[in-house]
Amino acid sequence: MVIAVASGKGGTGKTLVAVNLALALAGEGLEVRLIDCDVEEPNDHLFLQPEIRSSERVELTVPRIDPDKCDLCRICVDFCAYNALALAGDRIMVFDELCHACGGCSLLCPREAVREEPVPIGRVECGLVKAGKYGGADISFCHGILDIGEPKATPIVRRLKERIGEGAVNILDGGPGSGCPVMETVRGADYCLLVTEPTQFGLHDLRMALEMVRELDIPHGVVINKYILGGGGLDTWCAENGVPVLLRIAYKREYASLYSRGLNLVEEVPEWRERFLRMFRKIVPNKVEGGARA
Amino acid sequence: MKQLVVLSGKGGTGKTTVAAALVELAGRAMIADCDVEAPNLHLLLKPEITKSYTLNVSRKASIDPERCTRCGDCVEACRFEAIREFRVERHACEGCVLCARLCPAGAISMEEPEGTEVFMGETPYGEMVWARLAVGEEASGKVVSRVRMEAQAAAVEKGYQLLVIDGSPGIGCPVIASVTGADLALMVAEPTLSGRHDLLRALETAAFFRIPSLVCLNKCDINVEEAERIKEECASLGVEVVAEIPYLEELAEAARLCMTPLEVAEGEAARLLRRLHEKVMERIGLPASQKGTLH
Ligand code: SF4
Ligand code: SF4
Repeated sequence: MVIAVASGKGGTGKTLVAVNLALALAGEGLEVRLIDCDVEEPNDHLFLQPEIRSSERVELTVPRIDPDKCDLCRICVDFCAYNALALAGDRIMVFDELCHACGGCSLLCPREAVREEPVPIGRVECGLVKAGKYGGADISFCHGILDIGEPKATPIVRRLKERIGEGAVNILDGGPGSGCPVMETVRGADYCLLVTEPTQFGLHDLRMALEMVRELDIPHGVVINKYILGGGGLDTWCAENGVPVLLRIAYKREYASLYSRGLNLVEEVPEWRERFLRMFRKIVPNKVEGGARA
Repeated sequence: MKQLVVLSGKGGTGKTTVAAALVELAGRAMIADCDVEAPNLHLLLKPEITKSYTLNVSRKASIDPERCTRCGDCVEACRFEAIREFRVERHACEGCVLCARLCPAGAISMEEPEGTEVFMGETPYGEMVWARLAVGEEASGKVVSRVRMEAQAAAVEKGYQLLVIDGSPGIGCPVIASVTGADLALMVAEPTLSGRHDLLRALETAAFFRIPSLVCLNKCDINVEEAERIKEECASLGVEVVAEIPYLEELAEAARLCMTPLEVAEGEAARLLRRLHEKVMERIGLPASQKGTLH
């Protein structure tokens, strides 16, 4: 099964939830894959220290125009929906960073003047996290890293999703927001955990994340991090909107301090292991019932 | 007109709070919320909307089942695997139009999703532009560009000297659209292991686009060793840490109450924020406002 973790905005504790859920499940001996899809700022590895065993480049194929064959017919320029091609004087210019690599220009060029050339945009690394404090199973780990200055994160997310394992519990840690890379992460998941915090900002962003999962028709539930008494109105809001609150993580200086040092809740504070497992059990029936909305 | 972009690598570091303080202290500034996926600045500055319009930036393919002959040309052509069972999965479609162009039956048309809304409004500190993305809108970089463009145009027209841009998190498409061409980037970072990691990626991104950066360490006392490490790394990169703001309950309270920091902060917090404002203004080459220098 695939569980995606999303949040509407950053800094709410997505990484915390993804990493701790993975550790708790692996501690039970389950086959777990943690895939960090926040390719702009991947952080899960900081908390898990995986042993990286493979690294592959992710490339996009962008057009290169052969000036000897090109007769400036403009078919490619007119076709390109992203304005990545432009006629400048007596040649066609290519703006790599605007290209989405759809391949249309090379396919449509009547003179076969367009060749596609791979350019790197980032990489995917995979490895293993050795069984933690509680023994159990190793976690298989993957993350993607977008190159600096490169705008397109989504193709790397797509590549990462090829690593989803059939029999395993796959935990996909998404990036912040609800834009393209996050949509791509969450798309097709069996369940989506929405992590939020009890502030007006948190609520505002939760609304956006909720619209996203509803649009994608994915069963979902909420984790409130930095929980304060009364939940800052979030408990009531979730109840009114029919969204289950699966877990509350209290606001405690101790937890913030563990997190700031890269230490994990389930390993340092034993009762959290049981709490994360209980949350998982709440999610699983949804899967068994064939993805009925939570 | 000078453009200051406030960035954070990842969210949750207090970027919006700092941006709001800078706007408030500037007294008069044009404001652009370029965090279009999680726009929060308007919650603090409470602008009165003066104008809004709908923006369509992306298109999605749609197949008419009546006309489709199931030849499969579109399925084969689409590199984003957006067509399954002769239906377009809207979220995967990148709107390249290739399928529509190739379909021999003329069965494919392009549709525009629900519009994204762009807002302009008046705050007590200046005018502001922000946006609300349509559900499923994926072209957030384009929306960011539009928000910035509107703000720049209005700033020039109305003679603003400063444009404050609340940037997007990350280092990808929307953040590139918020950072390129800015005069100065202020990075708001928190001293955690992941915070340091994100800050370095954000600094590299700004350097890639040749934007000078300053760093504001927020909640600097939550992990003293990490704070030291960040300062060392900034020093070795030649990036100045212009403020170290401890975790102050009054700032957290301001955010909870949806008030700007200086509506609530007194004493220490106010002093630190004023000092930050002065340093930022000095670096960007504008006089610190009266409001900023009054103690
Ligand atoms: S190319 Fe047109 S006719 Fe052929 S399968 Fe696709 S939609 Fe149907
Ligand atoms: S417009 Fe492009 S991305 Fe969308 S379905 Fe057609 S070929 Fe695929």
